[in-house]
Amino acid sequence: MASIDSGGDSGHKKGPGVKKAKKLSTRVDMTPMVDLGFLLITFFIFTTTMSQPAAMQLFMPKDTDKPEEQNKAKESGALTLMLGKGNQVYYYEGQLLPDGSNFKSTNYDPETGIRSVVLRKRQTTPPEDLVIVIKPNEDATYKNTVDILDEMKIADVKRFALIDITPQENELVLATQKNSGIQ
Amino acid sequence: MTPFVDVAFLILSFFMLATKFKPPEPVEILTPNSVSSDKLEDENAMQVTMDKEGRVYFNMVTTNNELKRQLIDNLNKTRNLGLTPTEMNHYMGAGPIGVPFNQLKSLLAKSPADQAKVKQDGIPVKDSASNELYYWVRDAVTLMAGNKVKYYIKGDNNAKYPDFKNVISAFKRNDIYKFSLITTPEDAPIGSPLWRNQQEKK
Repeated sequence: MASIDSGGDSGHKKGPGVKKAKKLSTRVDMTPMVDLGFLLITFFIFTTTMSQPAAMQLFMPKDTDKPEEQNKAKESGALTLMLGKGNQVYYYEGQLLPDGSNFKSTNYDPETGIRSVVLRKRQTTPPEDLVIVIKPNEDATYKNTVDILDEMKIADVKRFALIDITPQENELVLATQKNSGIQ
Repeated sequence: MTPFVDVAFLILSFFMLATKFKPPEPVEILTPNSVSSDKLEDENAMQVTMDKEGRVYFNMVTTNNELKRQLIDNLNKTRNLGLTPTEMNHYMGAGPIGVPFNQLKSLLAKSPADQAKVKQDGIPVKDSASNELYYWVRDAVTLMAGNKVKYYIKGDNNAKYPDFKNVISAFKRNDIYKFSLITTPEDAPIGSPLWRNQQEKK
């Protein structure tokens, strides 16, 4: 290991009567220092935050009761997503039919879930007509909300709105949850 | 063994320089993942934290302690909190605060180090009559007037949507409609429209 050698023996003879000084070893034991070094490495590895958090932009519409200030959406271009309990997403296109026959359910699976629904809608609708309405209910988590906003970004949907669920939609969601046994 | 120790110390110096300590937080928050990658600012911003039980904390993100002092001073006047100068000075070093106004005095009586040990109940946001977050936001906005202020919302994965909605409504009452949600970055899924846009830019 690293150590300092002072040379020690200087070669020339000392005079008579001069006692030869006892040579002391100058090697320093470095083990404790190395131990401390590793302790510090471990400490810094554990405390360091490598992935810096990022910010996601969210624009909310201004609450308004006046119909002329509200944004209009074409029925053909509207897709309504309702977020419910147990990571389930319910959706319908256009208007909800009275018999609820266009009310479907899916989840957040990247392959088979809501992404394919959003992408299909995006491909079959002119971009200027496409509006996605997101309605999380009481049981949806914050993660669900961010995930669905993320899907909007992934699918490059420009027009979407985060609004409250209507009572009849919520009833339908709760009934579907009950039928499929989601706790 | 010498080269080995050399490398070890090199790694040590790397971690020492690269480490940026987490700011103190009253609770641990696991943020959701998203494909967003906007950088966070540490000046002229305010951050609202929601933990998994729906408790809400407010923090003014600034390196200027004088601004925090003014915020608590304003709140003290407008909300009649009856804080002493010492208690207000304690707010300057404090992190996110999550107590109702009526408990603020007893919390700030403690030094910033001791405040971290106190379990905070969260700022009331449930209904518009008792929405105290509104006042925090209102006073902080007034102080940062003239700057481009960022509004960060940091929520836990398991926070419920109604809590998020309540926080949003506190901001909406202050005529703020533009938010930044704090998330853990991830890559755009290959083949998605976003991914194609990113490839075109490169």
